[in-house]
Amino acid sequence: MMELGWWGVLVAVAGGAVRVSTPYLFVSLGETLTEKSGRVNLGLEGTLVLGAMSAYGVAHLSGSPWLGVLVAGVAGAAFGLVHGAVCSLARVNDIAMGIALFLLGTGLAFYLGKPFIEPVAPRLPHLAFGAWSDSPPVRAALDVSPLFVAGAVLAPALRWALGNTKWGLVVRTVGDNSDAAKALGWPVSLVRTLATMAGGFLAGVGGSFLSLHYPGTWNEALSSGQGLMAIALVIFARWDPVACFYASLLFGGATALGPALQSVGVTTNYYLYGAAPYVLTLGLLVYSSSTKHTLVGAPSELTISR
Amino acid sequence: MTDHPKLTRRQLLATAGGVIATGVVSDLVSRREARAAVKPITVGFIYVGPRNDYGWNQAHAVAAKKIARLEGVKIVEQENVPETVEVEKVMEGMIHQDGAKVVFATSFGYWPHILKVARKYPDVLFPHIGALWKEGDPKNTIGYRGYMEEPHYLCGVAAGHMTKTGKIGFLGSKPLFFIFNNCNGFILGARSVNPKITCQVVITGDWNNPVREAEVTNSLIDQGVDVIVANVDSAKVVVENSERRGIYTCGYHTDLSELAPRGFLTGAEWNWAAGGQFVKAWQTGGPYTNLLRGGFRQDMVAISPFGKAVPEDVRAKIFRIRQGFVDDSFKLYRGPLKDNEGNVVLKEGQVIANDDNKFKLAVNFLVEGAIGKTGLKK
Amino acid sequence: MTLRSSVETAAISTAAVLVALLLFGGFAVVRGLDPLEVYRVLYLGAFGSWFAVQNTLTQAAPLMLTALCTAVPARAGLLVIGGEGALVMGGLATVLAGVLLANVPGPPGIALLCATGAVAGGLWVGVAGALRHWRGVNETISTLLLNYIAIAVLNHLITGPIRDFDQVLKPASWSVGEHLRIGDVPGTSIHWGLVFGVAACALLWVLMRGTTFGFAVDILGGNVRAARMAGLPIGAMVLVACFLGGAAAGLAGAVEVIAVHGFASSSLVVGYGYAGILVAFLARQNPLAIAFVSVLLGGISASGGLLQRRFGLPDAATLVLRGFLFVAVLAGSTLYGRLRIVRRP
Repeated sequence: MMELGWWGVLVAVAGGAVRVSTPYLFVSLGETLTEKSGRVNLGLEGTLVLGAMSAYGVAHLSGSPWLGVLVAGVAGAAFGLVHGAVCSLARVNDIAMGIALFLLGTGLAFYLGKPFIEPVAPRLPHLAFGAWSDSPPVRAALDVSPLFVAGAVLAPALRWALGNTKWGLVVRTVGDNSDAAKALGWPVSLVRTLATMAGGFLAGVGGSFLSLHYPGTWNEALSSGQGLMAIALVIFARWDPVACFYASLLFGGATALGPALQSVGVTTNYYLYGAAPYVLTLGLLVYSSSTKHTLVGAPSELTISR
Repeated sequence: MTDHPKLTRRQLLATAGGVIATGVVSDLVSRREARAAVKPITVGFIYVGPRNDYGWNQAHAVAAKKIARLEGVKIVEQENVPETVEVEKVMEGMIHQDGAKVVFATSFGYWPHILKVARKYPDVLFPHIGALWKEGDPKNTIGYRGYMEEPHYLCGVAAGHMTKTGKIGFLGSKPLFFIFNNCNGFILGARSVNPKITCQVVITGDWNNPVREAEVTNSLIDQGVDVIVANVDSAKVVVENSERRGIYTCGYHTDLSELAPRGFLTGAEWNWAAGGQFVKAWQTGGPYTNLLRGGFRQDMVAISPFGKAVPEDVRAKIFRIRQGFVDDSFKLYRGPLKDNEGNVVLKEGQVIANDDNKFKLAVNFLVEGAIGKTGLKK
Repeated sequence: MTLRSSVETAAISTAAVLVALLLFGGFAVVRGLDPLEVYRVLYLGAFGSWFAVQNTLTQAAPLMLTALCTAVPARAGLLVIGGEGALVMGGLATVLAGVLLANVPGPPGIALLCATGAVAGGLWVGVAGALRHWRGVNETISTLLLNYIAIAVLNHLITGPIRDFDQVLKPASWSVGEHLRIGDVPGTSIHWGLVFGVAACALLWVLMRGTTFGFAVDILGGNVRAARMAGLPIGAMVLVACFLGGAAAGLAGAVEVIAVHGFASSSLVVGYGYAGILVAFLARQNPLAIAFVSVLLGGISASGGLLQRRFGLPDAATLVLRGFLFVAVLAGSTLYGRLRIVRRP
């Protein structure tokens, strides 16, 4: 085995980018869709954790990891339904509602998930994209989950759908100008609720990745705020699904940087590296925001851009 | 996936750790039957994480169940109690609201809080697993803990024989003396087989952080490490990820062999049976010791059953060394010994007794061969 | 606020509490428990004995302060969720000041430490306010990110530059001198932080209800354009509102250091900030109501342990109850008719 050293750090970061990015990817795609329709769902962190728990539990009980993924998505959609339905009531603040569901989702996940901490659940299969390499680290880095591939395909598909289908037009109009949408006879609340449900579904699936692929366990410390970060990621990516994909890779790599450096003996400033994604997002937000106009690409009806 | 995995693991745990425990208990029981009936007592257990974490907390929960079966004992349990002032409230809650007379606060960082609360309630016993008791501490507190460095040494020997790259890895939770002792034991054991072996040491900073543990595991493996042991509250994530990448692992706290059928070597396990002794003593007013530490000799630690990867001759060798611990003919810390920064720790001929608590408490170095830092000021 | 709207507010909040309890009772039933027994133990653990009451009040103290971190900016129309980060920065600043001011005698020293903590927290959230006013950065997202950054800074400092290596059990900062610590209210085991919390609530209630500034903030919170047309100094007001909110949370951090721990460590990050958001909403951003609601939520937290020990309910049970409460409150806010996150006259 060759001494990898610093090259190893690069491989680890690349591997981490692929490994760790998938939950970010799914949550950000889901949130992009939700926000395009004019609603913010900060509760996706709770949905993520709930999805992780239900996927693990169902996979353990049924023996099928894919069933777990499906159930996770359904659970996420159900949460999205609650969010959408309550926020459709007059003047309920969707940001606050998101925080409430974040609390509730996390609480439910921990509460219902207690019996699943110990057992082992079948994992999702993985695709060995790195089989061509002789080097185990490279192989490991390119060892991807089908969910990652699904997400990578979904991103451009979503962008295309939003821009080129009637359904995409409906969503965008509802998000940019609800009066115009109403004038056209489109049911604004329903569209937003459906978009939120779809967003929740994707977030739930993203959660299933955590428990059924990587790190591949159910534990109350499983999520370190990836759901919330993904919300910031959407803004960072200017509501463009494909940009979400690249941004997810970036955030995933940044998260893997700290541990990768630690394993070559660089232990100082460990926590500061950990803060890198947050600082990055904040910096980009500051750079790209302006008081004179809404963030470029932001749906105008969005509460956070007003 | 077996139908009743829980049963298998519990059985294994009961066998490995409980045989001696039941021995102790039944011994005491028969002695007690000669005396009057035992008065009922409520015993509280406080866990820093979930009870079924397949690791540290589970080891204690299993011990708690055994203690619950003792005569006259009723237990109350609370989990996920952080190592802050919060635990004082929980202890006091158990005392006031549940009438507990013995409280097992089973996490290292609870100690300063235990000292505070113990002074207020002299009629309650507080055994603690950190073994930090010293003269002057309240008499109703106890420190007890096995010398985990001994089974870690044996794991190191196994690792030393099985590693193909000559690189092993140690993942630790916090920069504390017992983690360093375990790490040193692991490295010394491996280097006793091959003095060129190096060990990458990474401290995650948390008792439990599965995402970071998984990341570190993968980075270590990318660096060429092919045997890993994890000193975290639940080594499940590390063992599972290591097995997926096809390397060897050693377990910790409980028997993790089921999680890595191909790569499991052996592991370091606790025998917390002493807890039952303390409860009995408090119930009957009998004597107890305030500081109880022991290794294989006092049967306070054990090694996991070997994984199928370990060949017979290595197993035999490990059992021989274990016997060396049992009859105290084998000492873990022997000179000449240098730390990994070149300083001399022990000169030629210097030997540290296996139960030298003072030395072990003060260990703030990593032995030669370790790649990493303790992060402590010297 | 008219009598009618006060009654309406109280009624809706109470209804939310009842709905949440009902849902929680449903959970108990599913688990095979008698819901009435669960309610009884919930009460017992919160208010059923002097021990429980003290426990509840101790839990309530930090909530009063962190809730203000959301409530005060909310009245100005901002949704700030940065209580956690402000608390952490307040705690850090207090420890640093504690070392620098080690030679200052007791009472003035303590006052200075509290002020330092408050200022640190105020500045931290003030940054978000400034970013909002001058760069249009959404304050919810920015304070969320600032929370994480604050925690990273805390971890970095306590494992490095300000680490006290004698504290071998967990990474912790230097300790604040004994003479700069505050103890318990005599006759109880509740620290003086509770008094700080109540005082802060009362003070801010007076400020928000009885002064021109408070009135101006209400206008801003109600309608930005109207405020602009009235010529109000919006930037300054946003900054002050954020500063005051952050200062309250920063004070909570200072209290954690001088009353509870004596140093800064990861024990500063226990979710008081996020719990405060719920308190603020349940209290409809009213500082006086916050004091009462904090006690209610403190009671829920306090009884969590007893629920675990008596019924084997997971510790997450109180999290679920609080989640139900939050959702119920927000759903109920639609009944109030003219609800936004800001209270209107």
